[in-house]
Amino acid sequence: MANTSSLGVTGPAVVKAASAPKHRAPLVTMATIRQIAANLIPPVVVMLAFLVIWELLCSRPGAGLPPPSRVVTEAWDIIAHPFYDNGGTDKGLFWHIAASIQRVAFGFALATVVGILVGTLIGQSDWAMRGLDPIFQVLRTIPPLAWLPLSLAAFRDGQPSAIFVIFITSIWPIIINTAVGIRNIPQDYRNVSAVLQLNPIEFFTKIMLPSAAPYIFTGLRIGVGLSWLAIVAAEMLIGGVGIGFFIWDAWNSSHISEIIVALVYVGIIGFILDRFVAFIGNLVTRGAAA
Amino acid sequence: MTYLSIENIGISFTRNGRTNEVLRDVSVKIAKGEFVSLIGHSGCGKSTVLNIVAGLLKASTGAVLLENKEVNSPGPDRAVVFQNHSLLPWLTVRENVSLAVDKVMKGKKTKAERNEWIDHNLALVNMTHAAERRPSEISGGMKQRVGIARALAMEPKVLLLDEPFGALDALTRAHLQDSLMEIHGRLGNAVIMITHDVDEAVLLSDRIVMMTNGPSATVGEILKVDLERPRRRLELVEDPTYTHARAEVLEFLYARHAKPAIAA
Repeated sequence: MANTSSLGVTGPAVVKAASAPKHRAPLVTMATIRQIAANLIPPVVVMLAFLVIWELLCSRPGAGLPPPSRVVTEAWDIIAHPFYDNGGTDKGLFWHIAASIQRVAFGFALATVVGILVGTLIGQSDWAMRGLDPIFQVLRTIPPLAWLPLSLAAFRDGQPSAIFVIFITSIWPIIINTAVGIRNIPQDYRNVSAVLQLNPIEFFTKIMLPSAAPYIFTGLRIGVGLSWLAIVAAEMLIGGVGIGFFIWDAWNSSHISEIIVALVYVGIIGFILDRFVAFIGNLVTRGAAA
Repeated sequence: MTYLSIENIGISFTRNGRTNEVLRDVSVKIAKGEFVSLIGHSGCGKSTVLNIVAGLLKASTGAVLLENKEVNSPGPDRAVVFQNHSLLPWLTVRENVSLAVDKVMKGKKTKAERNEWIDHNLALVNMTHAAERRPSEISGGMKQRVGIARALAMEPKVLLLDEPFGALDALTRAHLQDSLMEIHGRLGNAVIMITHDVDEAVLLSDRIVMMTNGPSATVGEILKVDLERPRRRLELVEDPTYTHARAEVLEFLYARHAKPAIAA
């Protein structure tokens, strides 16, 4: 019934839409170009203005930081050759970033699994919530780097320590958001599962996870952002290959231009990581997550 | 012959040390294939009765017997159609029904038979065309149809409807009532429906259970609706049995058991 009536409405509309581009195809293209330009021009203009101001401010003799033109010429080596590898820590930016991303991937993956399980536990059980919540509320305020000495003492190695710092940094928002998501599962869904007599595993995979997914992915996005913040700082201290160490090394050799290039990379990668998690979230929740 | 027997159930909730008796001594016997409505003012505990039959709430006293066996936990033999449809928004219409079918019929039917059964139930409520859409993409009436299909697909012994059409506009509601009557005529499930709509109760039911106001609500009166099936709403408007039944229910609700808050 609804089907036939909607067909009746869309019928003529479809014909109109189909005939429009035939006659006025160029207009549509102009509109599209204008649309793209409207989105593209503001950031480009602001970016250019920013570079010009920076250039003007830092071109004066005695300026502490190099202007953008000098950054490009001085750091051209590392901009143009991100893939070189001379052994040890003398590698291109790509390898440093790859090492950092790998650490984040390990620590963050671990935090995701543990965080969702613990979050589910404290979301489901009032007892676990009352027992664990005070501890978590205190632990989560500890700055990431404060964990580093402790983890170095425990693991006696830089690599697992860095991964642990990522883990402990990113797990709190995952736990808390998962718990809130689980607590917010509507009673209706629980009733549906009760009538169907779903077992706990089916309830977890078929009702809990999808229902809490938007909350969980909010936690994951915050978590991945925090881990990227933490990894740079942690790598400055533990050394080895990694973007954090690269920045610290450049500072020790007074290569300010290289630091600036590295910061641009760090920012862009952080942005990509955030968007990547958001993209996965959108895929999984089919647009329900923000 | 009694199929489902609600025997002297009562329920009390204790909050902050104060005990509040919601239901007392509610007894209804329902035969196989019978359509029974529960009607009463809001807050009188209609939904509580339904939830106890569904097993979602435990009665403080009394018991519910289905085919002479006590039931006190939820199960697919007493499928519920919830007021707000309760479809899972991340699943398509078809997946919502198949979640129920695959769980309930696993081991009893092959995968192919189950798929056929899902299609059959979607066709029953005229939702085949929207099978691949998600709940957010279909209208309220369509969602309620899917909720009914999901419940029917479990082949329940008793179908429990909790104000199934309460949130719908009058035209959609009438349309779904006709569908429900037609499906009930074909399948012959026992049905308990909660409603606050007098016309809906009279049109659909074999018997109407009228509940008194809470606290300690109970069955006030049971009215038998002696109308031939299939029933057609247009013909019934003038039917003396229909108008009489309607008047009886109205009289019970608004004269003898008017809600104090409304009467005041």
